Amino acid sequence: MSDVSTPTPSSTAVTRADICAVAIAEAFRGDGERLCNPIGNLPLIGGRLAAATFEPHLALTDGFYTLMDPQSPDEVPPIALPEAERVAQRTVAHWNPYREMFGLLWQGKRHVMMGATQIDQYGNQNIAAIGDWVQPRRQLLGFRGAPGNTINHTTSYWVPNHSPRVFVPAVDVVCGIGYDRAHALGSVASRFHEVRRVVSNLAVFDFEALDAEGVPTMRLRSLHPGVTLEEVLEATGCDVVISDDLGESRGPTEQELAQINRLDPRSLRLNEVPEP
Amino acid sequence: MPGPDKRCTEDEVVAELSSGMIIGIGGWGSRRKPMSLIRAILRSDLTDLTIVSYGGPDVGLLCRSGKARKVISGFVSLDSIPLEPHYQAARQNGTIQAAEWDEGMLLLGLQAAAWRVPFLPTRAGLGSDVMKNMADLRTVTSPYATVLPGQNDGGEFEELLAVPALELDAALVHQNAADVSGNSVWLGEDPFMDDLFVRAAQRSYVSTERILPTTELAGLGDIAHLKISRMDVTGVIEAPHGAHFTECLPDYSRDEAFQKRYAATAKSDEAWDEFRAEFLDIDEAGYQAKVKELQA
Repeated sequence: MSDVSTPTPSSTAVTRADICAVAIAEAFRGDGERLCNPIGNLPLIGGRLAAATFEPHLALTDGFYTLMDPQSPDEVPPIALPEAERVAQRTVAHWNPYREMFGLLWQGKRHVMMGATQIDQYGNQNIAAIGDWVQPRRQLLGFRGAPGNTINHTTSYWVPNHSPRVFVPAVDVVCGIGYDRAHALGSVASRFHEVRRVVSNLAVFDFEALDAEGVPTMRLRSLHPGVTLEEVLEATGCDVVISDDLGESRGPTEQELAQINRLDPRSLRLNEVPEP
Repeated sequence: MPGPDKRCTEDEVVAELSSGMIIGIGGWGSRRKPMSLIRAILRSDLTDLTIVSYGGPDVGLLCRSGKARKVISGFVSLDSIPLEPHYQAARQNGTIQAAEWDEGMLLLGLQAAAWRVPFLPTRAGLGSDVMKNMADLRTVTSPYATVLPGQNDGGEFEELLAVPALELDAALVHQNAADVSGNSVWLGEDPFMDDLFVRAAQRSYVSTERILPTTELAGLGDIAHLKISRMDVTGVIEAPHGAHFTECLPDYSRDEAFQKRYAATAKSDEAWDEFRAEFLDIDEAGYQAKVKELQA
């Protein structure tokens, strides 16, 4: 596997957040020429890191209404720029208002990384509500684009606060559909469904294991440096298969670390994933 | 030949609406919302409304004021404040009915109504709890076989979600400029779904930053920004800063300080009553004067 057990430069301080950024970037490896659409600060850092390094043909969104084609790695814009800077630093390659985004995602050339308030072993995701949906204990974001995303193109998830409250045996509301729901729809209806990775502040998961019925199920792929298997299992409330070649999530190369620092000059990633 | 003069006021629009109507509201989240029209509804005795919206404070205000009975949305958010606090409270207290769709489904529902077809098919929503929770949603079986590459079995008749047409009694949208007949110009970078809302509705009302002669419209952007035709417009309301406190680029950005103040009114009945008395129980001119005072 290309994304585990690569040596980390020892001369520079590498944070857990840097490890997460690299793990997120790795989720987009192999995507080639399609829209890399991470949502949230660390996903944006990771997605743009991939574009600035090993996946140069990814299309990037400016977060609003255009797709950008930076003309060199160092022109991939940093995250969270003030509005005027954000507009100044984007190389607009395509107009992409919301209705066009729906067109793009229904066509399928997109890999989104969303958050998840809850996620289960099949990769079902909840961002809508906690409790009974009819009158929820806590109303959250609603379904947003999760149902349409997950049935139309590749989806990954980012969980900055790995805990049994997030990794649950069954989510309260299925927004993004997981492999059991896709399986129930049949191979034709679910042919564009792929939940590729779940990256958390502790570890990386994929769905490269099968349950007894042959349905893809969550597999622990790598542990972030300094995290123990016991720690992850304790923080995971759903069943998870442990990879036979479980390794350590790799650290950034020197070039990647320089890009991470450039893409996140204010170190917002440390607010999301503080040093343990 | 010039089109008819359809200029009117917010209160005249509200007089043409009635309780129980299905009302579509343009914009997206806390962006380019026809807020002066929403404020006029808040001052009226309209009730029992069904609201269709990519929701922002329009939905929150209508829920908190007891005007909305049902909300059909792709989301309800204030953008910089991810959860709309009044919508959240209405959901948690069970004071409204909700239909929460996938964002893309809402576009298809509006498009279906605008094209006068009963539904449009999509894969979006299949397998999710959108289908489980919105029990009135139906699927449709494709009359055409889907044959996957490499398969010679005649294929499968796919089942797709049939998004029902969102036929609106009235649509309310805000545009950067319009002429007296309703030919309208959106500026900024996204038309949102405003042109679909006006086509999906029996009656459509455009509030606008400025009313200009028709001859000046095409010069504001390129012709792709002349997205709404007078044929789809019932009334035009000149409402400078009418989208306040939502964003209306390039004319003005969101009034974040005011939005924070609005969001904080979900904390208690007293906070809401105070906000309501100060900003909502007054006419639009009074509102705009208050806002100007705050920004001075």
